[in-house]
Amino acid sequence: MTTHPDPVRDTPEAFPAGSAQPVRPSPAAVAPQGAAVPQANPAATTSPANPANPAPAAAAASPAAPGRHAAASATDWSDGVDTVPRAGDTPEELQPYAELGLRDDEYDRIRHILGRRPTQSELAMYSIMWSEHCSYKSSKVHLRQFGEKAPPSDRLLAGIGENAGVVRVSDELAVTFKVESHNHPSFVEPYQGAATGVGGIVRDILAMGARPVAVMDPLRFGAADHPDTARVLPGVVAGVGGYGNCLGLPNIGGEVVFDPCYQGNPLVNALCLGVLPVKRLQKKEATGPGNIVVLMGAKTGRDGIGGVSVLASATFDEGSEQRRPSVQVGDPFIEKLLIEACLELYDAELVVGIQDLGGAGLTCALTETAASAGTGMRVWLERVPLREPSMEPHEILASESQERMLLVVAPDKLDAVLKTCEKWGVLATAIGEVTAPEPDGQPGRLLITWRDQLVVDVPPGSLVDDGPVYARPMREPADLILLQADRAETLPRPSDPDTLRETVLRMIASPNLADKTWVTEQYDRYVLGNTVLAQPEDSGVIRIDERTGLGVALSVDGNGRYARLDPYHGAKLALAEAYRNVAVTGAEPIAVTDCLNFGSPEDPGVMWQFAEAVRGLADGCAELGIPVTGGNVSFYNQTGAAAIHPTPVVGVLGVLENVAERVASGFVPRPGGDHDQLFLLGETHVELSGSEWAWVTHQHLGGVPPQVNLAREKQLAGLLAAAARVGHLSSAHDLSDGGLAQSLVESCLRHGVGARIAVPDRFGGGSMPFVFLFSESSGRVLVSVPRGHEKAFTALCGEHGVPWELIGVTDPAGGALEVHGQFRIRLDELREAHASLLPSLFGGMPPFEVTPAEPAVPAAAATEPVAEGAGDAGDTAEAGTGTQADEAGTVTQIDVVIAPETGGEADPATTAAVGGADATATSAEPATPDAPAGPDHGQPAVQAADQPADGETDGTRPAAGEQPPTSDER
Amino acid sequence: MTARVGVVTFPGSLDDGDAARAVRIAGAEPVRLWHGDPQLHGVDAVVLPGGFSYGDYLRCGAIARFAPVMETIVDAAAGGLPVLGICNGFQILCEAHLLPGALTRNQHLHFRNRDQLLRIESTTTAWTNAFQPGQKVLIPVKNGEGCYVADTATLDELEAEGRVVARYVGGNPNGSQRDIAAITNPAGNVVGIMPHPEHAVEALTGPSLDGLGFFTSVLKHLVGAPA
Repeated sequence: MTTHPDPVRDTPEAFPAGSAQPVRPSPAAVAPQGAAVPQANPAATTSPANPANPAPAAAAASPAAPGRHAAASATDWSDGVDTVPRAGDTPEELQPYAELGLRDDEYDRIRHILGRRPTQSELAMYSIMWSEHCSYKSSKVHLRQFGEKAPPSDRLLAGIGENAGVVRVSDELAVTFKVESHNHPSFVEPYQGAATGVGGIVRDILAMGARPVAVMDPLRFGAADHPDTARVLPGVVAGVGGYGNCLGLPNIGGEVVFDPCYQGNPLVNALCLGVLPVKRLQKKEATGPGNIVVLMGAKTGRDGIGGVSVLASATFDEGSEQRRPSVQVGDPFIEKLLIEACLELYDAELVVGIQDLGGAGLTCALTETAASAGTGMRVWLERVPLREPSMEPHEILASESQERMLLVVAPDKLDAVLKTCEKWGVLATAIGEVTAPEPDGQPGRLLITWRDQLVVDVPPGSLVDDGPVYARPMREPADLILLQADRAETLPRPSDPDTLRETVLRMIASPNLADKTWVTEQYDRYVLGNTVLAQPEDSGVIRIDERTGLGVALSVDGNGRYARLDPYHGAKLALAEAYRNVAVTGAEPIAVTDCLNFGSPEDPGVMWQFAEAVRGLADGCAELGIPVTGGNVSFYNQTGAAAIHPTPVVGVLGVLENVAERVASGFVPRPGGDHDQLFLLGETHVELSGSEWAWVTHQHLGGVPPQVNLAREKQLAGLLAAAARVGHLSSAHDLSDGGLAQSLVESCLRHGVGARIAVPDRFGGGSMPFVFLFSESSGRVLVSVPRGHEKAFTALCGEHGVPWELIGVTDPAGGALEVHGQFRIRLDELREAHASLLPSLFGGMPPFEVTPAEPAVPAAAATEPVAEGAGDAGDTAEAGTGTQADEAGTVTQIDVVIAPETGGEADPATTAAVGGADATATSAEPATPDAPAGPDHGQPAVQAADQPADGETDGTRPAAGEQPPTSDER
Repeated sequence: MTARVGVVTFPGSLDDGDAARAVRIAGAEPVRLWHGDPQLHGVDAVVLPGGFSYGDYLRCGAIARFAPVMETIVDAAAGGLPVLGICNGFQILCEAHLLPGALTRNQHLHFRNRDQLLRIESTTTAWTNAFQPGQKVLIPVKNGEGCYVADTATLDELEAEGRVVARYVGGNPNGSQRDIAAITNPAGNVVGIMPHPEHAVEALTGPSLDGLGFFTSVLKHLVGAPA
């Protein structure tokens, strides 16, 4: 026990002089403690740094009238507070534990732990710490798998159980990232719910010692045209933007998904990414008896009281409109100052431990920091600066007021800490002291007084670690067998070109596939100047070291429909998609975070879904060799008996050694009309169950989701990273919802570059062209490869065991997406269909005249109609390669040539046609009008690049049979 | 001698690091200035960066104009110090009456971030002399309160004196009167611009390199300026 020479400043504003030495409540409390109350920053009101936050005024007001507090409560407590001695004297007093969400046995357990009934403050603390939201009591037994099945990783510096996982990405730098839910508050109060969701996750990242550098937001709403969606979505989007933009954090991606199952239960998940020097990693442990506990940031108000226990663990019913005051209110300006102040404190090494205040507020921060260190704590609660002076102890302890952090600092550093906070205009107040463990070696106790009265005396670990753990009953939902038997593959499919054309236009205009610019334009993606890729790219990519070009890629994905049909594989599919989205940028995926959104765990069907999803995700991570580093569970996403689809949202983080090598998703304009070759990687099966098409066209959900093959995903990722490094890829775009058609349209519209596609022979006839375009088979990526790289690229595919198929060419001058023999749709028609839905539903931002995304692109290439016939001959003529064929001629050539261009050991069912067609292609080539006069057989790839070589390199083309066999575990 | 360009950090400034980077890429030495410090530390020019100074409480820029550093900047601007206000900096310049008019809530009431085409209307200012008259540049715009308004007489005066520095083309992102994206004071040393040139200085992270011209302009201006 250190006897420090009164390191803290005595500030009468915060503590009446007469009570500067609080009554020591028990011998277990701290040793000599001359420390009175440091009230930081008394000058804050006059400093321009904080003009709108006249901080000390209310703080001073709060303790100013110590005796007046009594009447506030409805109870008959004569002195106004329920103290520990009083609790001991009145064992029979009835307490509203059930109303606070505690079960009989849980309440009995609290009494057993304390050896008496809890005080009102203690009851509030236990009820929030033992709520589902804080204790993970229903999920704990399942979440253990993430640790048990985790692959060994030498990158992991902090994992599950910390505020956020921390992963080393270079010798000096680490990144931390985590996704969290703020679903229930966002339904009640969309703007503040979403805004504080962002604020909360940002503080988690900050608490690890990192500078937050980007956010992402996976969002799910009810039907796009439902009236309540028009209330919730604009508010949520404005809230995410309002908070993130004001913090100066680029928003680099996310999801916007509509499904009626989220009606009344929107999912607002928020992810934050932070960067830190490895040596700046912070701890939350409140070590060092005698160290000072400092509350930093905004004042504490009544907002969010009961937010956790009442909101987060209650199913919505009729009364939810009345809960508005339970939703926290955010102030991003304070958080921005908090970030800067904390980073300065870290760099000056002034902090022993730090924890953000989020769900369960001060209660959680005090108990977690003490419990993790095994120490105790002595807190003077009246020192907490209050926004509302009439607040009672249990309210202060439960308040979820935003923008607060709890620091543990050595006494001799306190002045420096307060000075830094003052510089940034951030309120900081010493509210307590770390105390030693019990003499018998037991962890210390948390003692909290309120105006000299002991209101809390608990073992902190009992709130944090000793909460109830339930192995809740689980049962496969009774309807699942029937649901899985009702396959979408049996639905009527388009089988003629006109219907297929109409289907493409209808699908890209449907809510989940439509352009999300209306949403993403409300987010700042440029701030900090390190955003290399952002939405609508498959991943966000952030440069984290300007010197070396080191960067990270991040994607978040989930598919509730797949998980509804099969939660185990649905979770794996979400993981596979996020993994693939990171891989297409050329990054190496290294770590996972997850946000598990489910209905009520008290429903055995939901619990089964949860268990299956966790098992799937843990198995998937083990197969991919990347660990789950942290995440969040959100239960009770249901209204009445109707739960949402089980919705595991998975975030994957990857590393790019040099962000300059990143690959983007859009087809690249080539001055002079040159073409890139389009390859489809992976295998396409007849997989339509759970697909976007089945839902949009038939409102159908049934069958089993697409197969997932993580070994194949890993090979694909290896190929993409290798190909990106050597410049084989002009673009790469993941295939997922909406299949190939959606990816083609997105890649075309990104920079206004058209494409000509030939349907492979085996997808010819009947509805097979439709299957080719709309199947949602996993493990597929659409890449464009610059001329001259195709041989080397396909050879690389062979090395990595990835099946490939040449399906067409980009067509910068064509201004259209053409699928030979099926349809041709001009880009402006595609764009109109793709871009108009959200503005028409949510208004306010009329679509704007399109400006070219790339200044290098001649505007004509982006928007003008293609000139038919000889009109567009100029492009190729310029390159000196002879005459350009008319549209049909060119496409015919592609068709013939492409059909056999397949690599890898494809599924026998779908590769029947591949075998002997090679010769046809070869012989067809010289007839190709826009092929070079002499095909560049055998020429090195680098030379071939100089010549437009639409014509094929048949001599060196690996035939299907020559590809190294690859395993397909299906 | 390398020019020294100050970049002010107010509480809530967000693009200060980006502005400093742009200054560096343009070939000058960025000098970070603190809102509470009235000293300009001998800088040759000043950038007021984007962000939400003081949380944009009261009105955007309304509190920042009273910061100690601003008092010095207002005086120095009168003496010809080149000052570029970007976004929130533009709002501060208007609140400080270094520029006429005001920036109000976007007409569509949403924050909007997009790559925006501008036409450079005046190349005689300290911050745009590296451009060609009528040159089109692509620069990110991102604001919630970027709708430029002024009374008709003021607008006419700006037009007549060639003080409209840049206009939005290909769509007005916020409803600004006469598509105004940037204006200057009569002397041409103080420019306020709503879009963000500092976000268009690197091929990897911006939509173009067009923003660099604003920062190289001031270097040209400083070299040519009488000592």
